Amino acid sequence: MTAFLALIRKDLILFLSDRRALVISLALPIVIAAFFGALFGGSAKTSAIDVALVQQDTSEIGNKIAAGLKADPNLHVTPLAMADADKAVRKGDQKVAIVLPVGFGEAAGAALFGSGEKPSISLLYDPSQPAVLAMVKGMLTQQVMSVVSAEMFGGKMGQEMTERSLHQLDEQARTDPDSRALRDMLASVQKYQTLPTRDGAAAGPSKGLSMPFTTADKQLSSGVAEQGYNAYAHAFAGMGVQFILFMGIDMGIGILLARRSGVWSRLLAAPVSLTQVLLARAASGAIIAFALLCIVFAVAVFGFGVHIASLPGFIGMALCFGVLTASLGLVIAAFGKTPEAARKIAMFAVLVMVMLGGAWLPSFLFPQWMQTLTMAVPTRWAIDGLDAVTWRGMDAMAAAPAMGVQLGFALLFGLLALWKFKRA
Amino acid sequence: MPTVLLSVTNLVKNYGARRAVDGVSFRVLAGQTLGLLGPNGAGKSTIVGMLCGLLAPDGGDIVLGGERVAPGAAAVKRKIGVVPQDLALYEDLSALENLRLFGALYGLRGKLLAERIDKVLGQVNLADRARDKPVTFSGGMKRRLNIAAALMHDPQLLILDEPTVGVDPQSRNAIFDTLEALQAQGKALIYTSHYMEEVERLADHIVIIDHGKVLADESPASLHSRLAAQAALRVELAEPAHASLLDGLRSQRGVTSLNADGGALDIGLAQAADALPVMGWLQQAGCRPLHFATARTSLEDIFLNLTGRTLRD
Repeated sequence: MTAFLALIRKDLILFLSDRRALVISLALPIVIAAFFGALFGGSAKTSAIDVALVQQDTSEIGNKIAAGLKADPNLHVTPLAMADADKAVRKGDQKVAIVLPVGFGEAAGAALFGSGEKPSISLLYDPSQPAVLAMVKGMLTQQVMSVVSAEMFGGKMGQEMTERSLHQLDEQARTDPDSRALRDMLASVQKYQTLPTRDGAAAGPSKGLSMPFTTADKQLSSGVAEQGYNAYAHAFAGMGVQFILFMGIDMGIGILLARRSGVWSRLLAAPVSLTQVLLARAASGAIIAFALLCIVFAVAVFGFGVHIASLPGFIGMALCFGVLTASLGLVIAAFGKTPEAARKIAMFAVLVMVMLGGAWLPSFLFPQWMQTLTMAVPTRWAIDGLDAVTWRGMDAMAAAPAMGVQLGFALLFGLLALWKFKRA
Repeated sequence: MPTVLLSVTNLVKNYGARRAVDGVSFRVLAGQTLGLLGPNGAGKSTIVGMLCGLLAPDGGDIVLGGERVAPGAAAVKRKIGVVPQDLALYEDLSALENLRLFGALYGLRGKLLAERIDKVLGQVNLADRARDKPVTFSGGMKRRLNIAAALMHDPQLLILDEPTVGVDPQSRNAIFDTLEALQAQGKALIYTSHYMEEVERLADHIVIIDHGKVLADESPASLHSRLAAQAALRVELAEPAHASLLDGLRSQRGVTSLNADGGALDIGLAQAADALPVMGWLQQAGCRPLHFATARTSLEDIFLNLTGRTLRD
């Protein structure tokens, strides 16, 4: 036991004395996770869409549409000239530009009653943001319908438009019975427009057409997830897993270097078995990986508002992932021919593993076949398990399958490494 | 009569179809220093690997103090100290931490561990650098720390595999002082080196190995007696030696061999005392020696005589 503990102690001292390894294992995952977390929405509930507004129509309707768009909390509207808006969208500074053309308000009012051509609103959009275009179209439709109908049914412009339309329809009604019916309807509208309000002012109703329903949006993850989705939680899980696996590579390379330098033989010349030396290295690797993941998540909790829903679940996940990392290091050391070649191959393998595991992009964004396929990748279980005990708000039992699968992979890797070491 | 500490009997090791060690046998007595010599590829490292319990022999036995040495034999490994040819140190751990680790590997802890660290640091003159990392040490200091790590558990037998490679003369001398002090304490040593003068200085028994077999297993004095020439005389003449002079020289009493290169003559002598008459004969023959020197036949001469002069890369 003295020898076993001494070997673990040696590895811990060596790791702490290696500043480069510490920086790579701690600072980099935190910085990159912060970046990815912010990119995917951070901890905010929603984020407004950047939209440029080119308001060429300065009529009352045009002004009201512009004001309505600016007041929409889902949009962040920047008024720009046409040339600037065009440039901003091309550069990607704005996702969509709405161009309200001259005379839009009047033309839209006329078109509402079917007596004129429908005016066109140009939408300039970034081709990489087709989904945003659809969202902006929806919000614009709501604004235009609301403002134009309100103006037509109660505004001054609407009254003038009704008067003019009635005059035109009077002419047509002599020969066309359908126009007579429309004239009668417009006459009723005119009567409605001139109804006095309760306080005696001569104005019709001020609200136009609006969506006949609202939605009640509720985030659903799991029972205890009161905090809602926090993109930082997934980002810290992904980057934590990635960079701790890099530490696992370093651990494996360290063994290869020790074998090359003769230190490994010197250890085995002592009264300790190969299995003891390997187990001690695995134990120290697992302790380091566990500690790193805890520190990374401590920063996530205190610096980025990530919520750990189940502390026992998180500790269990971190321990299992630590064991997985250590066993990966042993496999690299066992099968690596030279430290240089092994590092390149292991880096590639780990990058593929973390990519397929959903460290960069959440796995639920993958196509269905890939989601099924990546169940065979241990990092998928590590990241899904960490997601479960953080933003999904599940308990330790829910993460137990992820823990079990990681330990299964660790056992497989460990046995493979031991077999190869003993053969060598 | 000294007791046998280590007994190696008919040791065999194969690497695939190649037999690296072929029936090697030798013994090390308690307190004895055995020099293990052999050209590159002779099988020395394989034998050392088996002696340290790193490799399992395919045949034969290694018995130390009544216990069989094998990779899994932990108890017998506690009796062996290993100083590998490569520096087996953690460069980023302090000297103290390195010794603490190697001591703990042999089960030392607490007060005993601290005492042994102090003792071995004193033995290798590194007490004042205990808290420094080997990465800041000179080559010689690293070699001494390498030896200190092997001494931590106070082994009965110390195996040193070329422990002076790449060190300056002062450090080499310091290492010899340490090893001679260990000899004085009655420790048994197995010493391998390419430096024959080191083995000559330290060893009281020599085993020469080549192609996996023992070529010689005897004392240095016995090895010297194997050669006809016990001394050498080197003479540098003013003019190149002519054939009749060389024939005359060969016929002189005590001359066992002669090599001539222009005016330079290498004359093998049966004994050192034969040098004076040979010099007198050269003078009478009208030769004008510019320079001359006598030397005892070296272990290197014996080694080359036994193993040949073919390169072993």
